Order: sequence, then C-alpha cells, then structure tokens
Amino acid sequence: MSILINKNTRVITQGITGKTGMFHTKMGKEYANGANCYVAGVTPKKGGQSYEGIPIFDTVAEAKEKTGANASVIYVPPPFAAAAIDEAVDAGIELVICITEGIPVRDMIRTRERMQGTGTILIGPNCPGVITPDEIKIGIMPGHIHKKGRIGVVSRSGTLTYEAVGQLMDLGLGQSTCVGIGGDPVSGLKHIDVMKLFNDDPDTDAVIMVGEIGGDAEEACARWIKDNMKKPVIGFIAGVTAPPGKRMGHAGAIISGGKGTAQEKLAVMEECGIKVTKNPAKMGELLKSVL
Amino acid sequence: MNVHEYQGKEILRKYGVATPRGIACFSVDEAVTAAETLGGKVWVVKAQIHAGGRGKGGGVKVAKSIDEVRKYSADILGMTLITHQTGPEGRLVKRLLIEEGADINKELYVGMVVDRASQRVTLMASSEGGMDIEHVAEHTPEKIHKYSVDPKVGLTNAQAEEAARKIGIPDVAVAQGAAFMQSLYKAFDECDCSLAEINPLIVTGDNKVLALDAKLNFDSNALYRHPEIVAMRDLDEEDPAEVEASKFDLTYISLDGNIGCLVNGAGLAMATMDVIKLYGGSPANFLDVGGGATTEKVTEAFKIMLKNPNLKAILVNIFGGIMKCDVIANGVIAAAREVKLAVPLVVRMKGTNEDLGKQILKDSGLPIISANNMAEAAERVVAAAAGHQNVGHQA
Repeated sequence: MSILINKNTRVITQGITGKTGMFHTKMGKEYANGANCYVAGVTPKKGGQSYEGIPIFDTVAEAKEKTGANASVIYVPPPFAAAAIDEAVDAGIELVICITEGIPVRDMIRTRERMQGTGTILIGPNCPGVITPDEIKIGIMPGHIHKKGRIGVVSRSGTLTYEAVGQLMDLGLGQSTCVGIGGDPVSGLKHIDVMKLFNDDPDTDAVIMVGEIGGDAEEACARWIKDNMKKPVIGFIAGVTAPPGKRMGHAGAIISGGKGTAQEKLAVMEECGIKVTKNPAKMGELLKSVL
Repeated sequence: MNVHEYQGKEILRKYGVATPRGIACFSVDEAVTAAETLGGKVWVVKAQIHAGGRGKGGGVKVAKSIDEVRKYSADILGMTLITHQTGPEGRLVKRLLIEEGADINKELYVGMVVDRASQRVTLMASSEGGMDIEHVAEHTPEKIHKYSVDPKVGLTNAQAEEAARKIGIPDVAVAQGAAFMQSLYKAFDECDCSLAEINPLIVTGDNKVLALDAKLNFDSNALYRHPEIVAMRDLDEEDPAEVEASKFDLTYISLDGNIGCLVNGAGLAMATMDVIKLYGGSPANFLDVGGGATTEKVTEAFKIMLKNPNLKAILVNIFGGIMKCDVIANGVIAAAREVKLAVPLVVRMKGTNEDLGKQILKDSGLPIISANNMAEAAERVVAAAAGHQNVGHQA
C-alpha cells in the first residue's frame, strides 16, 4: 500500500500542451506504471489532439468522463492555475496536485473556500508533487532517486525532500510515499493531514517530517502526533539561521511577529516526543535510529 | 513589495478610507509650498522610508509654523534615520510627507493579514494603538480582537461594528469606524495585499475616524495585475544585490556572514545556511537559483556573491533532479573562469549524473574542493573560509 496515489491512480494533466506540462507528463509516463496511469490531458481549445499517445480534451469534466481519471496534476501558468483547480474540483476529481508556483494568495483563498464540503483533496500549490516509488510519480521530482520501501516523507520544500530521500537511499531505506505539500500560505493538505494518512497506512513504518520557518503547521502536526501517532516520526526544520522579516524564497517561509521560528517549532516537536535534528545532513541516520 | 506611507494612503483614499490630507515632497521648498497649500496652523513633517519606528528615530516632527516646516524638513531630508527596523546602518531619507495636523483624542490599531490557520484574511483590531502591536500581542493578547473574513461576502457590517465598539470607538463614530474597516478590507482584497496596518487609527476631537499611518505590503505573485502599484516601487529602499538578483530570476538575500551559498530550492538553501552555522561558519547570503539553473544564471549568481567584500568562500550545494549535475558542473566551471574566482569554492552535487558532474569538475583543473554530502561540504567550506589549507581533497 501507500498513501494518496498508487499504480491504479488515473491522472489527467491540466496544462499538458505547455512546456513544463509536456516534459513532466512524459517523465511521469515513463516512470514505473506511468504508461497506464497517465490517461488524459486538458488544454482548452486543443481537444481532439494528443500528446505522446495521451488524448487531449477541452475540459476536465470531459476528460474524466471519457477516461475514468480520478486525479489531476496542474502545470497551468499562475494567473489561470486557481481556476484550473476550481475546474477539477467541479468535475469531482478526487485528488488534485497543483505544481504551479506563484499563484496569487487572493486566488487561493477563494479556491479553498469554494472547495469546502467537496470531496476533493488538494496538494500544493507550489509543490514538487507526490511519488509512490516503483508505482507512480505525479510531479517534478526525479523518479530514479527513489525506491519502494516503508518510510513516509512529508515536506514543504522540493529539493530538501530529495535530500531526505537521498539520505534514506544511502542507508538502503526505500519509501512508501513521498509528499511535497508546498510552501504557500494558503494551500491544500498540511503536515497533519498527510501524517494521519501515514498513520493509517499499513505499509509505512516511520515518517520523516521536513518543515521550514513560518506559520504553525508543524506545531499543529506535532501536537496531533503526541496524542495519536502509532509510528516513529523524526523531524527537521529549515531556517534556524533565517533572520526575522526576510522571506526565504517560499511565499510562506518568513518569521513574522516573532512567530514561526525554527527554534520554536523544534522545541514543540521535541516536547511532543518527536526526535529532531538540527543537522540537515543527518535526517536519514536519525530515522534509521528510531526503526 | 512595500510602498511608502504616502503611497499607501493614496491607495486607501481611492477605496474611501479616511486619512488626513497630505502631500509628498522631495525638497525643502516643496515641503514649504505643500504646507501653504494644505493651510491650517499645524503640520506634521514625516520621513518616508520603508521601516517602522520613524517617530522614535526623529523622523516625524510636528511643526507649528511655516518656519518650523522649513526647519524640520531640512533636518529630516538627507538624514540617516535609524529605527529598530532599519538595522544599525539606518536609511537615508529622500522623501517627505507633509500632512495637516490632527487633533488626536484616541489612538487605536487596525491590521489585516492572511492567516495560514484559517486560510482567510483576518482583521485584527485593538484599543492599544500607536505602540508596537507585537508587544501588545505578547503581553495583553486579550486586547487584540480578531475577525475572520469570509471571502464570499467580505468583512460584514456586524463584524466591523463589533470590532469598532470593542476597541473603544465612541458610539457616534461607530458607523464611520465600521465603514473605515470595510473600506480597508476592500482595498486589501482588490489590491492583493499581504499585510495592511493602520497604526494608529485615530479618533479626533470631533469624532472623525482617520488613518494616521498606513503600511501596506503586496503579494508579489499578484503584481502582474497591478501595474499602478508596481509603478510605486522605490528601488532606493531595497538591497541592490537583491534587486540585481531578481533581474535574473534568482532569489538572493544578503546576510552578515562570509560564506556565500548557491543552492537550488528554497528549503535546501535554508538548510545549507543552517548546516554552515552548525559547523561554526556564517552564511553571507541566501541564494536560490531555482529549478532551471543555466550557466548564465550560475555566472550571475557568482558575480552577485562576489560583490560582497566580506566573502571568504563559496559553497555550491545542488541536488540534481530534473537539473542534471553535469550541466551544473559545466555552469560552475564557466562561471568560475569568467569571474576569475579568487576565493575557495566547495561544491557538493548529488542526484542525476552525479559521477559525471564530479568528473567534469576534476578535469577542469580548477582548485575546486569537492564534498560528498552536506556535512562534509559545510565542514570544508567553514575551514576554507577560516583560511585553513588542505581542507579537503581537491576535485
């Protein structure tokens, strides 16, 4: 098993005719069971065309109806990306993974509000995506650095997730699923939501939780772990050296009003029984030590 | 993106947010003319820089005659204003706001932010205006009233009136106070603000509700739809290195250490700074080259880092995913040659085509110090910055 996606997931690429959408759809299709998983693309006014043998439709609703897809991945440019999420939600897609970086927060506030009460799960925006190694890859992460195993990874950043995976692989530890939830202030699943899924997944033995400065999502997750988690979790928070008031690349990575510091997050995580490291080179070793 | 107080007030006035009348000035003569145009007997001369705490630093003066307007304007224009937000180097004042004096009866606080927890805009209102709101939040959090705004309907009348009453706006002015907050929300929403702060919001002797100060920040992702706000950008208020970097789509932030960092991805870039610190060093910058690090981008990144006179060594930390390590290696070599690199360079590459990348660095003949993981990279770059020889195997 795994969480969120597996070899039976059927994916629509929204924005399949853009440069990024084309490239990553091809990479996804070539990975593991991808040839069966990537079933449709959507670009308005390009319905009837195809890319790499994948049929293109004008709308998500039509793509879903014709192919039975249950997930979508979005590579639509930022001004139109929130509307693309809305379209997938309206079409009843179960899982929407939005890779697009740079969506205005105002658009995301409205999109999140619109999603209330629907059954759709959103991951991102501004995230690397999700991979269940040796089954399916949806997103921009390099597939070949992963292999199937029993460690879950959840992270707000992209390359730092790859770093954690790289360290696990050096120790011979594969992954059940790796989820990049993205760094934007208004977004879909948070650490806590992904942690609940890992807790219920019989094929995940332990979890690496990678956070960064800003907000209090890591603290909320840590408190939930203390009371509910049946599996070991280890953590790292990036940004111990970040000065307050400076936005560190990600829209959400900022210490403001003295809140959201790495020290504060690490302290709460430790109080909640999570083993943490201040050394990003030691995430893999720390995880191995709790198995 | 930030704007000056006078620009923030211009924007707010368009949405019906009441402010004192004022005129922006760039010289003493302009300031005198502005005061004469405004009329009245009392004026406030306010330094315009992108930092709070201006009053305490001597950047805000009340003038009771035109002569005083002239004197204070001459004092403030061209001064280096140091506040708790400018850092010890302070900020040179190049612009003034001359405003009509206000008869202040009460000083209150109103702010708006995007709240991550509720995924909505939150209105914060407090009776404790004119002081540091972070101090209020820490010591008397019960004095800050919060209202979550439903994006479908905006800030409601009921919410705004309750907030106005709770912070002590007198009954006769509650309707005005509520309208003020609703206008502020409309401005926040339509202009894609990420922060709006009115501190203080004042009630005058004749019960008028006015924004005495205004701080607006804008969501940089949304600037494409607000050219009129982009036109207000004041590059004098920004770090030249950061401005230069943004031209090449690089995210650069100056820090006060001596080890330059070039990394792909914001999270890994922060983690790289952290690991340098952990091994006893100090990062000179945050630099995210992003996903598509071309030779040109890497070269520009080197040039920007090398402008820092404190720089003693550079660490390149790349996790090659879609971006292949051999491409990065060629970029690093081209950049090092072009800028005639004179400080030690430590390179750690991992991921796609890692071995090929390392071989390319080795074959280049350049004195590049190679590292196999982040810990080793940090250790070597810290030693190199400290001037130690033989800090590792040269690639």
